[in-house]
Amino acid sequence: PRPCDSFCPQNYPLYIRSVPTENELKFHYTVHTSLDVVDEKISAMGKALVDQRELYLGLLYPTEDYKVYGYVTNSKVKFVMVVDSSNTALRDNEIRSMFRKLHNSYTDIMCNPFYNPGDRIHSRAFDTMVNSMMMQVC
Amino acid sequence: MEQGPAGGSGPAAAAAAAAGTGGLLLPLSETEQQRYSELFSRCCPPPEAAAGGSSVGELFRASQLPPDTLHQITEVCGAKRVGYFGPAQFYIALKLIAAAQSGFPVRIESIKNELPLPRFMALKNDTEVRYGTPAEFHGVKFQVPHATLEKNSYKRTDEGDKQEPKSPPMSPICSPPASPSTYQRIPLSYGYGKARSGLEQQHGAPYEVRHSTHQQDGPSSGNYGAKSAPACSTPNRSLSVEREQQDSSTQYSDDPWRITEEQRDYYINQFRSLQPDLNAFISGSVAKNFFTKSKLPILELSHIWELSDVDCDGALTLAEFCAAFHLVVARKNGYQLPETLPETLLPEYLQAACLKPMRDCALFDSYSEPLPSSQQTRDFSRTEKSSAEEVPDNSALLQDGKKDDKQALKVSTTLKTIPKDFQHLTVKAAAQEPNALRARPRSRSYSSTSIEDAMKKGEEPPTPPPRPQKSHSRASSLDLNKIFQQNTQAVRSGWLPPPPPALPPRPSVSQTEQPSEVELHPQMNRPSSQAEENSSAKKEVVLAQPPSKPARRKLRTEAQGLETPELSPTINVTSSLPAVKPHLPVQKQSSKQKRAIQTAIRKNKEANAVLARLNSELQQQLKEVHKERIALETQLEQLRPVTVL
Repeated sequence: PRPCDSFCPQNYPLYIRSVPTENELKFHYTVHTSLDVVDEKISAMGKALVDQRELYLGLLYPTEDYKVYGYVTNSKVKFVMVVDSSNTALRDNEIRSMFRKLHNSYTDIMCNPFYNPGDRIHSRAFDTMVNSMMMQVC
Repeated sequence: MEQGPAGGSGPAAAAAAAAGTGGLLLPLSETEQQRYSELFSRCCPPPEAAAGGSSVGELFRASQLPPDTLHQITEVCGAKRVGYFGPAQFYIALKLIAAAQSGFPVRIESIKNELPLPRFMALKNDTEVRYGTPAEFHGVKFQVPHATLEKNSYKRTDEGDKQEPKSPPMSPICSPPASPSTYQRIPLSYGYGKARSGLEQQHGAPYEVRHSTHQQDGPSSGNYGAKSAPACSTPNRSLSVEREQQDSSTQYSDDPWRITEEQRDYYINQFRSLQPDLNAFISGSVAKNFFTKSKLPILELSHIWELSDVDCDGALTLAEFCAAFHLVVARKNGYQLPETLPETLLPEYLQAACLKPMRDCALFDSYSEPLPSSQQTRDFSRTEKSSAEEVPDNSALLQDGKKDDKQALKVSTTLKTIPKDFQHLTVKAAAQEPNALRARPRSRSYSSTSIEDAMKKGEEPPTPPPRPQKSHSRASSLDLNKIFQQNTQAVRSGWLPPPPPALPPRPSVSQTEQPSEVELHPQMNRPSSQAEENSSAKKEVVLAQPPSKPARRKLRTEAQGLETPELSPTINVTSSLPAVKPHLPVQKQSSKQKRAIQTAIRKNKEANAVLARLNSELQQQLKEVHKERIALETQLEQLRPVTVL
């Protein structure tokens, strides 16, 4: 299983991490291409109904041997997660919870007055959280 | 200082007379005589007449002069010629060091002038001296050097990679068993002392002035040198000296992450300048502007903020501010920032030590905190330690009474006299116990005082589930009790702040985590214990993050609504039976209540596990059904006549 996270407001990544680190470029590419799907889903939603359920976009598309999950925040920050299809133990609600954790950590980062929205994310706490989450999945 | 004058008169006279070796009469002022004689007797035990070469070498290296200068000095002072450092040579060498540090060339002529005292980095005696101070509080003087050395070796492993030695490691000048750890401690203490002295002198001044603390080294180190007693193995003498002359009476160790009194006062004043109400917050932007003045890179400031803003609310309380300020000071003095906030900088710890008088619920605080803290340290002593040293310390703890300013002292006492094996665990645990306590009053102040933050008000559970009565003698309300217990759990599971409404899974989380680790980092704990938890409980825990964000609360409440109904009864039941820890605020907690609660917790855990299994099975079924559906759909597609063009 090779999860890979990335956040993209305005469609450039704020943070990207993958485990293990080979084929990283492929995952980067996948994440980028999946942004289109995310945008599609967002626009399909139409009205500004943004309750928590709809923040989670679910399985964007299963391709080749991995699945891509998406999540978008109220401020249009997108989280994309790529998971190996062989990881059947990863259930939907687990993905949801992972996204929620990501979202929470992201809001923590936002609280830091030294963080300018749009900067790349260098927070160590965030790194730790993401790493632990991905380790747990693998 | 008995040896001081005695040693001073002898060698001084000898120096004056024997300086004739160099063909000059070396006039020494009073202070110089004193200082030199102390240094000399430190370098060589009094019976001998000549200083040991190695110790002298260490001392010279501590002066931070380049090695060739030191060689020159050695040559000029005549030690090379005579082959040893006699008193005359030593004094000449010291004078030359002073000259070199003042920028004069190393020549005999330059030392004829009036010179400041030579400056030496962090001599070992300084650390001993500082240890001596707290020892007098606890009355275990003889144990102090030994125990503190052990503590050093522990601390070294704990913080070693965080610190940059400020001077080349020095071998201890005196006899006590010195582990390599003490070498590293010395520069730390010095750097720390430097920061302190800088702060003392720059009280209220802007950041930039701190850069000039380098010039203050001389007087401050000279100060320390003058204070220290000649013989290292007798801290008693240094105690008396130290007590008279040192400003801070509570600087127990050279722990750079511990805030001294003057530093705290300075921080509090700075806080006042930004925000007059000490119980209120400094907003993020104000703090940002303030800390940006320190000229640290934004990345580091960001990290410092992350470390110190434990409740992640975008604002700094006084304790958080002190921690952040302290980290900035440490960083500016060259220390690497830690990965996690050290215990001594945790807001709960800091608050208890420095904010009690200013808190609204001061009455309850002052009663409850000393009580449980002393109890805890006692409990911890009993449970974890095996040495007999504990017994006199515990009685000392109890006798110390319940004064607020003795809080940290008790913790540090526990720190000091613990045998090395238990030290690591106990330090963290003991620090956590006070943290647990601090967390409670802290959240209480939030909930009871409405000044601080409207966001925090949302933490109050809308419908507090019934809880078993803890017979707090001074409990002000039922809500407060619940919040205490909630916070106990919160702290158990890590250094999380006052818990949000979605408390329920936390007892199980904290229960499972508590026995395994006493670490501060919650995220590390969660993965390790998640094997035992169901995914929905995990979600709850995730949701139970600091609630201070309206967005989060919204997420959480909606998620709660979405959760499967079968979990909610469990949740309510679970929340009604919070985890109970031995150190309840009131001493007379009945153990049978604890047992009852523990059994209830166990039952709830079992129920949780059952529900978790059920949930996973259902999820599995759902997946299978999905797969079947997909298979059927594909079949349908194949069977349908192709109509697409």
